[in-house]
Amino acid sequence: MRIGVVTFPGSLDDRDAQRAIRLAGAEPVALWHGTHDLQGVDAIVLPGGFSYGDYLRCGAIAARSPIMAEVIDAANSGMPVLGICNGFQILVEAHLLPGGLIRNDHGDFIRRDQRLRVESTDSAWTNGFELGQEITIPLKNGEGGFIADEATLDRLEGEGLVAFRYLDVNPNGSLRDIAGLRNERGNVVGLMPHPEHAVEPGFGPNTPEAMRSGVDGLTFFTSVLTATLASA
Amino acid sequence: MPTIVVEVMPKAELLDPAGKAVAGALHRLGHESIRDVRIGKRFELHVDGEIDAALLETAQQLAADMLSNGVIEDVISVHIDGVAGETR
Repeated sequence: MRIGVVTFPGSLDDRDAQRAIRLAGAEPVALWHGTHDLQGVDAIVLPGGFSYGDYLRCGAIAARSPIMAEVIDAANSGMPVLGICNGFQILVEAHLLPGGLIRNDHGDFIRRDQRLRVESTDSAWTNGFELGQEITIPLKNGEGGFIADEATLDRLEGEGLVAFRYLDVNPNGSLRDIAGLRNERGNVVGLMPHPEHAVEPGFGPNTPEAMRSGVDGLTFFTSVLTATLASA
Repeated sequence: MPTIVVEVMPKAELLDPAGKAVAGALHRLGHESIRDVRIGKRFELHVDGEIDAALLETAQQLAADMLSNGVIEDVISVHIDGVAGETR
């Protein structure tokens, strides 16, 4: 299984995402924003970072880059697409997920190991979790406040499209504690926290068992292996 | 050079943390009568040749589709520089 990771100008976590994919047992493929070539990958990750320096709006310019035409087509045809942090912002700006992401309500950049509750396992990237499972993965953003109008929020809740919710603290003012979403089909998932930073013992969040031993993020990347095998 | 001006503001009902920070600073400087500050964006589109109705319409479309995000922002004005309130 080959999973593409798109590098945009200002992407930061593309290499980390590639490493997470490798640790999950798949082959990472580096994709470049300025091309129209998905290189025949089976799934796509839009990584975190600050594409185009967050100019205009976070993810707005990257969402209109050449390769996104192919990413949007692939997503609409059912290919698994995961957007992490800036990747989530790009998915929202590309209208593959609803709502918007604005500056954190407290005005500061925040970095913390964040507890989340898994609210949906009906997606290509979350099927390996238990429904209601509590996980810890790093969060780091300045503009992670998820917003949408009341009707959209009610629809997201009603249709089970909220994939992750913040636990303990709401780190950025996101409405209804929403940390991540999936689309109706379940192939597209976006979230602000960074699963690719919790995939390897020694480099993840602390756990009660041992320092830096948290690997809850790995399940995102192993889930997609199952998802594509099931659909193949 | 002929210029089309596009003005975009965060939606009134949404929190504008940047504006709030500026309002806090103004209060600390003694300007208590300034109750609230909201920060928006002004785009100046410099164009070749004359601005006709078609170009203005294109600018309005770009303002709605790309220069703003309707979920979090409103387009306040699209007008030719020097002709305030020309459109919308």
